[in-house]
Amino acid sequence: MAELPARAQCVVIGAGIVGNSLVYHLAELGWTDIVQLDKGPLPNPGGSTGHASNFIFPVDHSREFADITLDSMKQYKELGVFTESGGYEVARTEERMEELRRRMSSAKAWGIPAEIVDPDHVVEKVPFLDKDQIIGAAWFPTVGVVDSLRAGTIMRERAIDKGALTVVPNVEVTGMEVVEGRIKAVETNQGRIEADTVVIACGVWSPKLARMAGAYIPLTPAVHQMISVGPCPQLAERPGEISFPIVRDMDTLCYERQHGSDMEVGSYAHRAILWDPEDIPTIEQAKLSPTELPFTSDDFDPQLEQAYELMPELLGAEGAEIRYAINGLLSLTPDGYPILGETPEVKGLWSAAAVWIKEGPGTARAVAEWMTHGNPEIDLGHSDIARFYPHQKTRGHVKARTGESFIKTYGIVHPSEQYTSARNVRLAPMHESQKALGAVFYETAGWERPHWYESNAGLVEKFGEACMPRAHEWDARWWSPIINAEHLQMRETAALVDLSAFAMFDIVGPKALETVQHVIVAQADVKIGRVVYTPVLDSRGGFRSDLTVMRLAHDRFRVVTGGAHGMADLKWFADRLPADGGAALIDLTSAYTTIGLWGPNARAILESVTKADVSHAGFPFGTCRDLEIGNLMVLASRISYVGEYGWELYVPMEIGAAVWERLLEAGKEHGLIPAGIGVYGTTGRIEKGYRAYGYELDSERTLMETGMSRAKWKDQDFIGKEAVIAQAAQAPQAILCSLTVEDHTSASGVKRYMLGGEPIVRRDGSILTDGHGHHPYVTTAGSAPSLGKHVLMAFLPPEEAVVGNELAVSYMEELYPVVVAANDATPLFDPENKRIRGLA
Amino acid sequence: MNTLVVVEIEDGRASLVSRETLAFARGLGLGELHAVVVGAAGASVVADCAANGVVAVHEATNAELSSYAAAAWAVAVETAGRASRSTTVIAGGTNRGNEILAHIGARRGLAMAANAVSVVSTEPLVVERQVVQGNALETTALTDRIRLLTMAGHAVAPEDAATPGPAEVRPFEAALTPAELVARVVRVEAREGGDTSGLTSAKVVVGAGRGAGSADGFGAVDALAARLGGAVGVSRVVTSLGWRPHSEQVGQTGSRISPDLYIPCGISGAIQHWAGCSSSKTILAINTDPDAPMMTKADYAVVGDMHEVLPALLEELG
Amino acid sequence: MTNVLVCIKRVPDPTGEVVLTADGSAVDGRFAGWTMSAHEEAAVEIATQVADGGTVTVLSVGLAEAEEQLRSALAVGATDAVLVETDTLGHGPADIAEEIAAVVRSREAGGTAYDLVLLGNDAADTGDFQVGVRLAYALGRPVVTGIQTIAVEGATATFKGEGPDGTEVFELGMPCVATVLEGGVSPRYPSVVGRMKAKKAPLETVAAVGASKGAGRVGLRVPPPPPSEVVVLGEGAAAAPKVVEVLKQLGVLS
Repeated sequence: MAELPARAQCVVIGAGIVGNSLVYHLAELGWTDIVQLDKGPLPNPGGSTGHASNFIFPVDHSREFADITLDSMKQYKELGVFTESGGYEVARTEERMEELRRRMSSAKAWGIPAEIVDPDHVVEKVPFLDKDQIIGAAWFPTVGVVDSLRAGTIMRERAIDKGALTVVPNVEVTGMEVVEGRIKAVETNQGRIEADTVVIACGVWSPKLARMAGAYIPLTPAVHQMISVGPCPQLAERPGEISFPIVRDMDTLCYERQHGSDMEVGSYAHRAILWDPEDIPTIEQAKLSPTELPFTSDDFDPQLEQAYELMPELLGAEGAEIRYAINGLLSLTPDGYPILGETPEVKGLWSAAAVWIKEGPGTARAVAEWMTHGNPEIDLGHSDIARFYPHQKTRGHVKARTGESFIKTYGIVHPSEQYTSARNVRLAPMHESQKALGAVFYETAGWERPHWYESNAGLVEKFGEACMPRAHEWDARWWSPIINAEHLQMRETAALVDLSAFAMFDIVGPKALETVQHVIVAQADVKIGRVVYTPVLDSRGGFRSDLTVMRLAHDRFRVVTGGAHGMADLKWFADRLPADGGAALIDLTSAYTTIGLWGPNARAILESVTKADVSHAGFPFGTCRDLEIGNLMVLASRISYVGEYGWELYVPMEIGAAVWERLLEAGKEHGLIPAGIGVYGTTGRIEKGYRAYGYELDSERTLMETGMSRAKWKDQDFIGKEAVIAQAAQAPQAILCSLTVEDHTSASGVKRYMLGGEPIVRRDGSILTDGHGHHPYVTTAGSAPSLGKHVLMAFLPPEEAVVGNELAVSYMEELYPVVVAANDATPLFDPENKRIRGLA
Repeated sequence: MNTLVVVEIEDGRASLVSRETLAFARGLGLGELHAVVVGAAGASVVADCAANGVVAVHEATNAELSSYAAAAWAVAVETAGRASRSTTVIAGGTNRGNEILAHIGARRGLAMAANAVSVVSTEPLVVERQVVQGNALETTALTDRIRLLTMAGHAVAPEDAATPGPAEVRPFEAALTPAELVARVVRVEAREGGDTSGLTSAKVVVGAGRGAGSADGFGAVDALAARLGGAVGVSRVVTSLGWRPHSEQVGQTGSRISPDLYIPCGISGAIQHWAGCSSSKTILAINTDPDAPMMTKADYAVVGDMHEVLPALLEELG
Repeated sequence: MTNVLVCIKRVPDPTGEVVLTADGSAVDGRFAGWTMSAHEEAAVEIATQVADGGTVTVLSVGLAEAEEQLRSALAVGATDAVLVETDTLGHGPADIAEEIAAVVRSREAGGTAYDLVLLGNDAADTGDFQVGVRLAYALGRPVVTGIQTIAVEGATATFKGEGPDGTEVFELGMPCVATVLEGGVSPRYPSVVGRMKAKKAPLETVAAVGASKGAGRVGLRVPPPPPSEVVVLGEGAAAAPKVVEVLKQLGVLS
């Protein structure tokens, strides 16, 4: 048995698919002294990897997942543990067929072979399936199964052969030593091991280990039920592990996967059965393994009948018995994304958790790159562990959300679908007023944000067809024409927008300027009272964020950024504070609410409540200052994300409601309406071609590609400077464009409106490929009511990024003509930005 | 007041568990120690009793008792109990010992404690006994005037008394009714020994896992199984890969085996597999990884590649 | 055609390490799960084989949760089930026997006479080794224990079990009682169809007679496990002679 060393460069805890892939990739990237621990034996220490069904369907609506999965498949193939079987997603209902068509869009967008087929296609390959039960299917020829344990063994062995890895199984971690916010050592039942870097890759046990260090990995162990039926004579005579395609019975939330002469039936249809990591049995206590818990047959019985319906001859075959049945544990997170990256609480302590077999090696490679170079090649923004707000780290939140989303594993989930659980957590000070106005709330980062106001319903009548009503239920789901009506009214008079979800923090101290200057692309050494909109890049020149910075004093800068990735931005700045304490970060997110006031009448409205000069000359664009509104003091900033004259007002939480009310009241005679995030986040910005982080901007995108490059870079050094200079000297591989949809009419005559994620192709349907080898897809789709157009944003191959170029968008397996309307950041609406300057 | 031990005869002697029980009963110090034997005790059995300090050996001589009939044997023990004025009756925790005392318990309405391992107190009689298949110990009080218990094997060491007893043989005839002889052994057949190649009935199983390397890697495994007159069992991965038929699979999803000897080769001992082989009496594991679970749970281990060890072993066996 | 009653008990699955409930009064099945014992699985299998068109009723005395085990038996061929619903913590073996006897009598009065009553040789948890015998006395029927196979010919049942000198054969006229030891038959896993049928099979819940004798239980503990005592015979081919020595000791070389 390997002895536990006293020191290591890096300790990886966990020998499941993630830990095993990670030690391999770290060794490949030059790490020389890795120690891998697991409390169980090898090759199967008893975690979720050991009982995984091990099949891979590459298609997913998320690009991040799709890219990671494709990379994982490549790696499994290289390891020689991948067997291609093909796979079907079968539909029993028309609603599901429509969802499968939507999946075709995603498949095309990510470059994954897929086609819609009829039941005959299915039974030709899966003869024991009852054709009458299904109306169609999606066929994915590249689906396959892997031997994840074998893959893990090979990857460990490769790292060992390099001399980079020591593996110590059967050792249990009992504690973590943290000194001054940094990981120092891991304590085990066989002694202590020092390391500057420690990775928790412990699947369902990860939360428990993180807590040992004072960090949080907010996932929950959850049951996925699986049975194995056999021997089935129909399967017996075939060689090897799998010779029939895998079938996902989407409408019953089940899958059927051949395993030798057995058929495995897995289910995501049962009630959510959530565990606490502390309650997972030990290896000795468990009957099979700690993550193969006793099967609760009552929960599975309905699925059994549905599976039997689909494959009666196979599952009812003489001698075929239910030989294996488990409540298998796997990891679920509150938002469905993995939990990756350095923990915000403890420096040097990393998480690589909540990763499925299909994503294991790809995720591990990305995390290893992140650990080595500071950023992964594939953007992991959605999976960043730093994304969680405090309330999202609670067990209560994790269980509420996973309890709700489990049943959606194979569900038809609308891209805008809202959670019903764990709501009303963060309420704006003006929440009650908004409720009275009939606000329809969507949730972001726990905040309840009005998406539109039913009190504005009358405007739909006023603007009529200009509201671009949507006839198809799917397109109109989680949407309202009121959004477009609010938009049009804002352009006509003015709108008041609740932006409470913004994250906000100050960088203060003698080295505040130095710190901010280093992090942001724009010149930070500006006059006090200046507002700077700036990208934040990583060292490769990819986006970490885009945000605004206000210089409030010589030694104080205020950063305002989006709610969804606010905590990740906060960590990015915090990690780059000077070691000598010359600058500090103060989180103000919960101290201030933000109210946006924009529109042609915004100035008049503000003038009616303040004595200050708020004219264009008196309060120029891109400046900020304290502003007296009667007896209330706010910080006003003259910027706009909707292309109108106006301000973001930063208001202490406790007076937020008062400011809101006074502005609403004062705005009455100026036609002011409250407007929702539907306007702020989509219609207002898309007309102006404003990019959004997480949609157009991520670490795989550059200033050049997004049309945000500059003629001149500041003299001071900043993160990514070298990269952007190099990028500027080369032609971009893709260019972000705005496209307008020219005809919405579908074959059935119903007008269809894309929602985002759809592939952009040539008019003849042929595929486009950019310089990265990616296929263009819609990053944001939305109405541009002032233009009367539906606008799509997409990164196109440079040769296609020509204004006027005629292309098509594929939506639900139909093509719609589109035209490139802009190939840079030029707004489609008010291209000279006259409105913002008060000239229109 | 006295204590009566049911002595079973094995190969002409008091069986090991009977001698253990005698030693335990003597240690209780509850009056005189008596023994009861069904059928002729024979000199060796009487000597064993004497060595254990037994005062008298009660010998049930009914001809009808020559074949086993639990109810009738229970009557014989009851008769000896009365004759010896015993209030504590102890048998070995064998199938027969448990069955006979259960009959007495049922006939007389007395509680009975099976598979005791130690005594906590004698008045009242409180014992610890094996439950959960030997994995836990229950403390049980026997509060009836007559206390019935059986002793688990290997709970105490057989040990002769410091002073031997007279072991006076007292033959008796129990008064039996036909009803007590209804359930009796009508014949004894030779133990079935023919089907040793069957995986679940084989006395020796040679197991092979991923370490076999390929479908062609089972030559030595088959040869060893043949040489030992046993069967071949494999792990799940081997059948999953199609190297061997499912009928050979040992484990949660295959057969559960309980041979005298199991020789897993190149099987790490995943819990699924362990579930199928843990009842083996002896396990001799061969594996390259000394830390593999199978290697630490086995009785014997050889560290090495099965493809080296098995040929060498076959050669050694000739 | 033989009517068989099989008595089964919901017990923690014995495969994992034994864990006690928080109050230490019983074995906890939350990690390993719940099952019926291997003896009882064999009894159910035998019952389905000898019934030959007769009724195979499974019975359990226990909490409502025991329905899970009854359904498991229904899934592998039993035809109906009876649950005597009661907490058996205060029941001793004699009380359990009385509960079962009460069902046998009432079923007989209702027109279903059981020719054979089968039980496991011993309960996987309490290990009393006596419920079958006590039941037989309560019913006034003959009983054999430790049985591994049963064959029925007319009104006579032939039982076989391992004795000290070989396989012992008993022949009894029915009705009678037998306790079954695993090993004589291979219990089957449920089929998908069996499981679906079991869901709908009749299950009667009856009230308990109640414990009058009680159990003598006063405590329960789990002794520490024995340490690993693996004997390493050597490395590689060089270990062969030692292996042969062990094979000789074990008596497997003929």
